Amino acid sequence: MEIKLQTPLTEERVRALRAGDRVLLSGVVYTARDAAHLRMLECLQKGEPLPFDLAGQVIYYAGPTPTPPGRPIGAIGPTTSTRMDAATPALLARGLRGMIGKGGRSPEVVDAMKRHGAVYFAAVGGAAALMARCVTACEVIAWDDLGPESVKRLTLRDLPLIVAIDAEGGDAFEQGQAAYLRACKV
Amino acid sequence: MREIRAEAVTEAVAALCVRANRELPSDVLARLRAARGAETWETAQGLLDLLLENAEIARAEGMPICQDTGTAVVFADVGQEVHILGDFEAAVHAGVAKGYTEGLLRKSIVADPLRRVNTGDNTPAVIHTRLVPGDRLTLTVAPKGCGSENMSRLRMLTPAQGAAGVKDFVLETVRLAGANPCPPMVLGVGIGGNFEGVAELAKRALLLPLDGRSEDPFYAAMEAELLEAVNGTGIGPQGFGGKTTCLSVRILTAPTHIAGLPVAVNVSCHVTRHATAAL
Repeated sequence: MEIKLQTPLTEERVRALRAGDRVLLSGVVYTARDAAHLRMLECLQKGEPLPFDLAGQVIYYAGPTPTPPGRPIGAIGPTTSTRMDAATPALLARGLRGMIGKGGRSPEVVDAMKRHGAVYFAAVGGAAALMARCVTACEVIAWDDLGPESVKRLTLRDLPLIVAIDAEGGDAFEQGQAAYLRACKV
Repeated sequence: MREIRAEAVTEAVAALCVRANRELPSDVLARLRAARGAETWETAQGLLDLLLENAEIARAEGMPICQDTGTAVVFADVGQEVHILGDFEAAVHAGVAKGYTEGLLRKSIVADPLRRVNTGDNTPAVIHTRLVPGDRLTLTVAPKGCGSENMSRLRMLTPAQGAAGVKDFVLETVRLAGANPCPPMVLGVGIGGNFEGVAELAKRALLLPLDGRSEDPFYAAMEAELLEAVNGTGIGPQGFGGKTTCLSVRILTAPTHIAGLPVAVNVSCHVTRHATAAL
C-alpha cells in the first residue's frame, strides 16, 4: 500500500518512513543538480541566502527537458544522486528533509540523514515521460543561466517513489538485493 | 560519384535525434517485455511494467523517453563514391542543434570540461566517421545518457589474464555501477585493439541488436555467460533486487598487440537508443 505524503515534510513524518516503503509524493519540491549544488555551497560559504529555505523541503536531483507548449513540464526523471553527496551533509544540517534521485548514497550522507532526520527517495530512472504526468507546475526560481541545471520549483501530484534510504540508515537496495538472492537459494 | 548536399545531412541528423529520443528500438522493447515475463521478483515486475508504460507514453505523446537526452553520438559510414557538397562535420553539428532545439530535447553539453558553460544546443556531437565502399551515406544517431556513461570503464589487462580477466573486469564494473546506471542495463564490451580503439569498440557494441549473438561461437558463448553472471548479481531493476539486471551483453573484438589485452565496458541503460538512416 502506498503512503501519501505532502511537502513540506516534518521530521516526525520522515522518521516514521522505512526503506522499501512506496510513497506518492505531492506538493512543492525543488530541482537542483551538480552545478546548483556547487552554487549553493558557495552561498553557504559566503553567508549569502540560498534560492529557497531548506527547512522541511525536498530536493529533486533532476533536469527536465524543455516544456512543450500547453504542458506544465517536459520529460523529467532522476539523475544519479551520488554526485551530490559531497554537498549534501551541509544542506541536511540546514533543514533539508528529503531528496529524490537514483542509485546509492555515501556513508557520510547516510550519517547526516540519521543525525538530522531526513529521507532519500528513489524515483524510477529513465521513466521520464511517465513521471512528467505527476508534475503540475514548473517555475525557474534561480540560476537561469544554468539552463537544464537551473533551480526550479515543481508542484507534484502523487509522484511514485520508493524510500531508498530511511532516517535510520535502512537501505532498500541492500535489503532488496539480499532478499531476492535469499529467495533464489530456497 | 554521387553528390549529397550538406543540408540533407543536417535534416537527416535532426530527424534521427528526435526519433531516437522518442522511440525505443524494437529489440530493446522486445527484451524488456521478455525480461518482464521472466522476472520472478515482485518489486522488479512492477518497475519493468513502469518502464514499458513509459516507453509507450513517450512514443504516443512524442515525449523524450528519458530526460537525459544524452550526448549526440553520430556514426557515419561514408561511401567512397559519395561527394558531400559542403562541410560534413558542420552539417552534423547543425543537425544536432536543430533536432535538439526543435524537438525540445535537453541540452546537456558544456563547452569546456572544467569551466562548464552550456553550449545551449547540445553541440558538438561526437562523430565517428568510417570510409566504406559504395555510394551511400549511412548515419546512426545514438544519444547516450551520462548516468550510465559515468559507470563505464577501461582497463589494459595483460595477455596472461585472458578470458577470465575480461569476465572479472566486466562483473567488477557491474558491481561498482550497482543501481546508478538505471538497470536493467545493456553492456557494450570491447576487447582488443588499443587504448582508444577499445573504447570505440565498446560503444559500437551498444549498436548491435540486443537479441543477437556474436558470429564467433567463442564470443557468443562469452556474451551468454556474462549475461547470466550479471543477472545473477541480484541488483535488479533500479537496484532494488531481481533477476533483470541486464538486457544484453554484446562484444566486439579487434586484433591487438602481443603485449596487450585492452578491455572496455560501455555501460548503457534500459533506454539504449539509436536510429539510422541511409542517404
